[in-house]
This record gives sequence, C-alpha cells and structure tokens, in this order.
Amino acid sequence: MTQKAWIPYVLVAPAVIFLGVLFILPLVQTLAMSVSDENGLSLANYTRMLGDLNFADALRNTFLLTLVAVPAQIVLALVMATMIAKIGRGRDLVLWVWVIPLAISDLAAGLAWLSILQSNGYLNSALHGLGLLDGPTPWLTQETPLALFVGIALAEIWRATAIVLVILVAGMQLIPKEYAEAAEVFGASPWQRFTRVTLPLLKPSIQSALILRTVLAFEVFAVVYALGGRNFPVLVGEAYVWQGENQNTGVAAAYAALIMLISMIATAVYIRVLRTPREQMA
Amino acid sequence: MNPAMSGPRRWLFWAGVAILILWVLLPIWLVAMGAFGGRPAVFQWPKSLLPGSLSLSHMAAFMNVEGVANAFLNSLIAAAVTVVLSVALGAPAGYALARYAFRGADAFKLLVLLTRAFPLAILALPLAVAFIRVGLYDSPFGVALMHTVLALPFAVLVTQSLFMGIPRELEEAAWVFGCSPIQAFFKVVMPLAVPGLTATAIFAFVISWNEVFAASVLTVRERTLTAYLLGVLSESPLHTRFAGGLVLILPSVLFVFAVRKWLFTVWGISGK
Repeated sequence: MTQKAWIPYVLVAPAVIFLGVLFILPLVQTLAMSVSDENGLSLANYTRMLGDLNFADALRNTFLLTLVAVPAQIVLALVMATMIAKIGRGRDLVLWVWVIPLAISDLAAGLAWLSILQSNGYLNSALHGLGLLDGPTPWLTQETPLALFVGIALAEIWRATAIVLVILVAGMQLIPKEYAEAAEVFGASPWQRFTRVTLPLLKPSIQSALILRTVLAFEVFAVVYALGGRNFPVLVGEAYVWQGENQNTGVAAAYAALIMLISMIATAVYIRVLRTPREQMA
Repeated sequence: MNPAMSGPRRWLFWAGVAILILWVLLPIWLVAMGAFGGRPAVFQWPKSLLPGSLSLSHMAAFMNVEGVANAFLNSLIAAAVTVVLSVALGAPAGYALARYAFRGADAFKLLVLLTRAFPLAILALPLAVAFIRVGLYDSPFGVALMHTVLALPFAVLVTQSLFMGIPRELEEAAWVFGCSPIQAFFKVVMPLAVPGLTATAIFAFVISWNEVFAASVLTVRERTLTAYLLGVLSESPLHTRFAGGLVLILPSVLFVFAVRKWLFTVWGISGK
C-alpha cells in the first residue's frame, strides 16, 4: 500500500479545501472585519456595539433564554428517553412522534407557537373558555416581557428537545442492560439506578447534546422574530439588523465575534467539566 | 412494558406519554388549521380546536402570493445543491477516514469537529461581502455553499462510520477477483452504502431547507422560502405566516419520516 499513500489525501482534499475557504477564511475575516474601519485597525465597531441601545438587552435576553431553555431541553429529553426505555409495544411510534420537531425549522416553530399565543389565538381562547379571560389579549409585546419570554422559551423547548432526545436515546442504547440489572440485584431503587448508573454512563451523550444545543441557543434568532419581532432583542438579531437595515457590516461582525467567543467558551467549559476518564468509557 | 409497573402507576405512565405526544403534535395541528382556515379562521374568537371551514383555496392563495413560488423554487435549488455538494465532498473524506490510517487524519477530524464549536450561520456575514465580489450573492447557489458548510461535517462523520461498518474484506475479495479498487468500490461497497448515503443526503436537505439566518443575509431578491418569510414577517397577515410555517414544516417532517430508521444511527454517530 505504500506507493498508494497519496490516496487518502486526494479523498480528503476537497473537503479540506472547501472548509478552508468557506469556514476558516470567513472565520478569520469576521474577526478582521470586527477590528477594522476605513482607516485601518480600530475598536470603533466594538465601541458602537457596546453603546448600542439594544446591546445590553440582547446580551441579557440571549443568556436568559439559553439558561432556561437548554437545561429544560436536557431534563425533558431525559424524562422522555427514560419513558421510551420502558415502552415495549408502540415504542417506535411514540419515539417517531416525539422526534418530529427535529425536522422543523426555528422559523416554522415560531410560527406554530404564534398561532397559539397571538392575541386571539388558542391559548387565549382556552383561557376564555375557562372564564379566566374576557377577550383577546396580546402577550407578545414589550408591555408583557415575561409572557413574551415564556412564549419564546416554550417554542424553543418544543422544537429543540427532539434532537437532545435522539442523542440521549442513541447513547442509552450503548449502555449494557447488565449494569442496571446488577444494580437492581444489589437493591438499588429505580431512582438510584438512574442517578448512579444511567446518568454517569450517559455523560458523553449529555455532553455532546449540551455543546450542540448551547452553541445553537446563542444563535437563536428566527423563533424570536416570528413570535416577538423586534420586541425581544437577541444577539444574532442585532447582527442581522446591523448588517441589513443599518448597512454596517463592521458592527455586525463585532456581534458575530462576540457570539463566537461565547460559544467557544461554553464549549470549552463543557469539555472540561463533563470530561469522561478513559476507563469509564462505556 | 415493564412487568413491575401495574395499576395506577401504569396508568400515570401512559398519561404522561399521551401528554407529551399532544405537546408535540398540537402546535403543528393548530398552525395547519391557521393555514387551511385562512383569514376567517385566524380572526375567529373564541377559537375551537376543530376546524370550522377548511379549504385548500387558502393554501393555493398562499402559493400565489407574489414571491412565494420563486422562493419555494430557490429553497429547492439551494437544498438540492447542498445535498450534492455535501455528499460529494463528505463521502470521500469519510471513506478515507474509515479505510486509511494516514498522517493528518486526526488534524482533519479536529477541523471537522471544530465546526461544532462555532455558530456557523454567522459566517454568512463575511461571505456576503465575498459573494458580492464573485457574483454568488443573491443566488441559491451561494446559499447552498454556505449550507454545505453546515451539512458537510455531519456528512463526513456519518459516512465514516457507514464505511467502517462495511467489512474491508469484501473489497479485498473483489480485488482478488480482478476488480480495480475503483471498480471494487462502486460494485461492492456502494450498493451496501446506498441507504446510509440516502439518509445523509436527506438530512443535508433538511438542514438547508430549514436554515434562516444565512439565507436571509445572502439574498435580497432571490429569497429562499425561509428568508422570504422572515423578510415579510412584519407586513404579512397572520394567515399567510401560518401557511408559510406549514409549507416549511411538511416536507422536512415527511423526509425525516422516510429515514426514521436511520435517525439514531445518524445522530447517534454524529452526536459523539
């Protein structure tokens, strides 16, 4: 095979070149754009970003949404995955229904929840039916920030729990049944089996789900726009506005660089905190 | 069903399952009613869970709204090109990782995994500038290039494990019988890999079909469906938005249904 040592390189080269040109290069360009203006190197874009009226709100909202939605997705997916493990007949059907939102875009998810939460939507109709509400009431405005936040968080949880569920179910399939059985023989309660056996062995799956979901949560945008328009500023939304309406790519790039930095820090933290020692690998 | 569960616990368990099924399906059902019910359904108060008057005419009207058909077509083009590019670039790399031990393999895997740590759609910002220069701006092909960045890492990881699951002895046997490596690949390995490659392709399609931010940044007139809907959000009536939502939801749900068997293989692998 020695004379054919070039083969793998030829096979990998197109993908490497593609990622070099369309991933690494734009990455560097974003950083470069963020620290330059017409006159060369400058932090003007960052000063403008920090001075932007919406900046503090966007930063706070993005973090709040991530801190609420991602843990909720993990917990809900863990509950669902545990239930799936207990279902005998009908397991595949239930699982298929539960993962449907996996295929749904954040924009479509926002629009689906809009049909529920709009002022004469289904939520208000239900509240009216229960005698709790007199007539159509808006929830998705600046005057109702908490309701708006809850609505957006619900839509995010609804949509993105599915991907976490798939990762966790795939991870659970790798855990040998004997472990839980052994724990049962030694008298462990179901809760103990879950926290002492399943959860530690599931750590690598939970880690990758957390990384995936957190990076995407900092990118949240279309769900927010579909439900609240500009009433709920988020970081990517601001980048979008600076790029489009304000025609200022520099400030948009500063937002982009900030989002990348936050994502990288989050990923690094997860990799460190949820590290699995080699001897514990299932 | 676990035999240890009985009576009220069993009842509670299935109630939980039912509630979670409802939680997933209800929003889809409701947006579909908004889409098929048109204006009267959207403004009906109070609403009922069952449709009053549904008709296909509202959906047809949506497809006739100016720009929708073109956006629909652009979404299809972008998604199709994404599928072709990500499989064409990803599968050879996946094959190389599965079959050859070569210097740099780890560095390549690191590059692929590195894409995970970044919000990739954000890269559309500098790409918009570059695309204007090379004439790819405002075209579904430019959008497809960006979407391939999203789908390619996924394609590499999935095809790697796919090819690892096909014993290399099969290929070697074909060589012994006089096939060239290329013939052996296409006659022996490919037929076994087709279902997995199809699943990879479909996921690439869904990734592109659903993407909003990059598509919005990279187009102005030649919108994809997501970019079009986002652009007209504030000025379009609610029933148009619901119709758009449903049109976005249906194809990807059907596609994922078609590859449900592969869901866990695909995401189980790429989740690692």
